[in-house]
Amino acid sequence: MSMRFYVSRDAGAIAVGADEVALALEQAAARRGVAIEIVRTGSRGMYWLEPLVEVATPQGRIAFGPVTAADVPSLLDALASNTPHLLRLGVTDEIPWLKRQTRLTFARCGVIDPRSLDDYCAHGGYKGLAQALSLGPDAVLTEVTASGLRGRGGAGFPTGIKWKTVAQAKADRKFIVCNADEGDSGTFADRMIMEGDPFLVIEGMTIAGLTVGASKGYVYIRSEYPHAVEAMNAAIAAARRGGYLGDKIGGSTTSFDVEVRVGAGAYVCGEETSLLESLEGRRGIVRAKPPLPAHHGLFGKPTVINNVLSFAAIPFILSKGAKAYADFGMGRSRGTMPIQLSGNIRHGGLFETAFGVTLGELVDDIGGGTFTGRPVRAVQVGGPLGAYFPRALFDTPFDYEAFAARDGLIGHGGIVVFDDSVDMRRQARFAMEFCAVESCGKCTPCRIGSTRGVETIEKVMRGEHVHENIALVEDLCNTMKFGSLCALGGFTPYPVLSALKHFREDFVPAPTTLQAAE
Amino acid sequence: MTAVFEPWNETRGAEIIAEHANQEGATLVILHALQEAFGYVPEAAIPMVAKALNLSRAEVHGVFTFYHDFRHKPAGRHVLKLCRAEACQAAGGDALAARAEAKLGVSLGNTTADDRVTLEPIYCLGLCATAPSAMLDGRLIGRLDQKRLDALVAEAQR
Repeated sequence: MSMRFYVSRDAGAIAVGADEVALALEQAAARRGVAIEIVRTGSRGMYWLEPLVEVATPQGRIAFGPVTAADVPSLLDALASNTPHLLRLGVTDEIPWLKRQTRLTFARCGVIDPRSLDDYCAHGGYKGLAQALSLGPDAVLTEVTASGLRGRGGAGFPTGIKWKTVAQAKADRKFIVCNADEGDSGTFADRMIMEGDPFLVIEGMTIAGLTVGASKGYVYIRSEYPHAVEAMNAAIAAARRGGYLGDKIGGSTTSFDVEVRVGAGAYVCGEETSLLESLEGRRGIVRAKPPLPAHHGLFGKPTVINNVLSFAAIPFILSKGAKAYADFGMGRSRGTMPIQLSGNIRHGGLFETAFGVTLGELVDDIGGGTFTGRPVRAVQVGGPLGAYFPRALFDTPFDYEAFAARDGLIGHGGIVVFDDSVDMRRQARFAMEFCAVESCGKCTPCRIGSTRGVETIEKVMRGEHVHENIALVEDLCNTMKFGSLCALGGFTPYPVLSALKHFREDFVPAPTTLQAAE
Repeated sequence: MTAVFEPWNETRGAEIIAEHANQEGATLVILHALQEAFGYVPEAAIPMVAKALNLSRAEVHGVFTFYHDFRHKPAGRHVLKLCRAEACQAAGGDALAARAEAKLGVSLGNTTADDRVTLEPIYCLGLCATAPSAMLDGRLIGRLDQKRLDALVAEAQR
């Protein structure tokens, strides 16, 4: 009987040598005349342990990591003689970091072969679609609404209401658009699920299509994610072959198909109306709302546009029921959130858990503090448009409303950790600079405000009229926040104002008596 | 591994455009396909795209210039992209970017005088948990440090 190994094909694992490890395994086994099989999975999300190698045993999968190609011979020796190995982590599912999670959306990620439709179905895949087909559109809408699912892209709009609006719209054509333009630094959940469990995203989109009466879906993936593009295209082709996309899906009378479109390096295209413009082949200029995409979306037709993680949450909600999902979470934030820990962090990766966990638990306990071993000074939550939180706010629970109440946002669930070497003036300046570079240019507060913001923060950095210029930056942020058309200009003030509020000492030098000292 | 591009050829360009012109909202699809074939989007292709899609030349030019990905001239033989977004900044990316600039003698966004290396910033490769990260000609590299960066720069200069 051949030994079965699992090595991730996730871009994050490949970037740290997973391909080399898989090749070394293959070659070493061949030299020894041992029959092995290597399944290339997605990532389990424990990136500090990548490349992670798992071996199937009667006790379950046993994990080793982080493995380099040079470790492979000793690893095979240890397996052959059943002796301990320095990199042995035990049964994968028992690793505390994984065991503490509530993996509803990422249940299969890192477990199955993302290229295999059979593997997906063998692990409960397409049960949500089967349930949706038997329930019918109205009951699906009721379930999605009852689950309390809110848009996981960052805005947190109730998914059920969005779908209902499109379902009720009358039109000759409707569209499903999956927003996979995951441009926020510190976020990689969309990438992981597209690479590790792409059929899940397709299943979620398919359920959306038959619920609202759309027959065509687009996945708009950023060009920085070539591995995700490849994985989604392969899965779409397999789903078509398997009868899950195309005419009469899953044996029903409904047709639905999905096409991948690739972005071209514009951050603003993660904003939904800009994304629609881009899909239509135009500059990614933000549209004024209303009309909402649910009424006038892609090519002017009613469109459901949701984030990857929103679609990915749907199959669970259908197969296990809305209540099973809504039982997790707190307040108006129901279900689980795939939280992404990154930056200067010891245990970086994807941690899916029910809403309500505190920022401190995530950073200190689960994340293990900084990689450099220096004290954590600031964490940016929610991407480049998210606020910087100091240690004093680490009791904030991960919840849409709790973060909003502290002038922050959870966004797409990314947490970037900085140690005490960070200069918050530079981070504030960067936020404005990023906005200036990525602004689509349609509205003045964002287009001009961001450039003036960079200049004014630079004046502060040079020590020119520090207090006056800080007041000017704050005033400018206010204008951008309330005067911008979309979240790019509207939320850039979050990192800037939070840096000014919580890390004032970086901007205003301590009073000195330099002259007197001379 | 260096990508090998075809030299610009009008007939070939027209073929590529025709291949995708029937899709809805085809402009980005066509620009991507042209760049994949030729390594950049030649100026001469813009009016051809416009004609095929029944758009004005200005509209296609506008799309072309809006997106960071599209090049108006070929890149160097190797393209080294360094992630400059927050997660990589937090993990020491600033110093590495400065080091790469010093080693190559060009600032981010430019190509060395011998046309060997184009050094570019990129805003997030989604490898934030193995930061800092880079991409050399499509190959991903995580957990970048001085040693790994120096090896990458040397490889790009070959």
